[in-house]
Amino acid sequence: MAATHEKPSYTEFHPRWYRPRVSTYWWLQRSAYVLFILRELSSVCIAWFVIFLLMLIHAVSQDRAAYDEFLEWAAHPIVVTVNVISLLMVVFHAATWFNLAPQAMVVRMKGKRVPGIYIAGANYAAWLVVSALVAWLLLR
Amino acid sequence: MARRQIEPLLWLLFSAGGVMSALLVPVLLLLFGVVFPLGWLEPPSWEYLKDVIGHPVTRVLLFLLCMLALFHWAHRFRYTLYDGLQIKHLNEMIALMCYGGAIVGSVTAGYLLWQVP
Repeated sequence: MAATHEKPSYTEFHPRWYRPRVSTYWWLQRSAYVLFILRELSSVCIAWFVIFLLMLIHAVSQDRAAYDEFLEWAAHPIVVTVNVISLLMVVFHAATWFNLAPQAMVVRMKGKRVPGIYIAGANYAAWLVVSALVAWLLLR
Repeated sequence: MARRQIEPLLWLLFSAGGVMSALLVPVLLLLFGVVFPLGWLEPPSWEYLKDVIGHPVTRVLLFLLCMLALFHWAHRFRYTLYDGLQIKHLNEMIALMCYGGAIVGSVTAGYLLWQVP
């Protein structure tokens, strides 16, 4: 029995599995793969947002002049461009995330599985409510 | 073996960060990144924003958002590099860079939020 836990020793007759080389650009071959990589790269935009948010928090915690300076910097065309691209990517992240929610959460009610569309719908509703609350808090 | 035991925790952080960022980042980025800079709406005054960010509930929420979003990035980006670029031999270094970056970022976020008057 113990032998099965040991590393199999190399023999000349050990089969070598056939492994075709995959191109580094394999994800460019199909639109579904490109969308997959874009979804994964949305995480970079989320990290950028955290940096942006921390710069805002830092500016606000100093004084009014620092806050005005931050607002001026945020209006620079390059920063706006980066933020518009990031916004699109983050919305893509949110949509794909909520669409996958039914697969991640299985909710049962009275012994029956709640259809996925309700779970996704609840997630989208929460998104709407949270966004409205934040906008109300910042714009009132 | 240690990595196997920590993997579910990392996935949990990734998942929690995914929810937090999906709910909160679009509206915040829309307002502070696009709407206010382009002058479509007036940004909140400094006094008001200072009070909002300085509120204990906001501080805790913002800290959780920053920390979880960073761990979300770390986990997803790590596997993007892993799948996309096929650099298996750099695996350890990439993991260190990603999770290390998330830890440094979280500590920075905690410090900056602590500093808000």
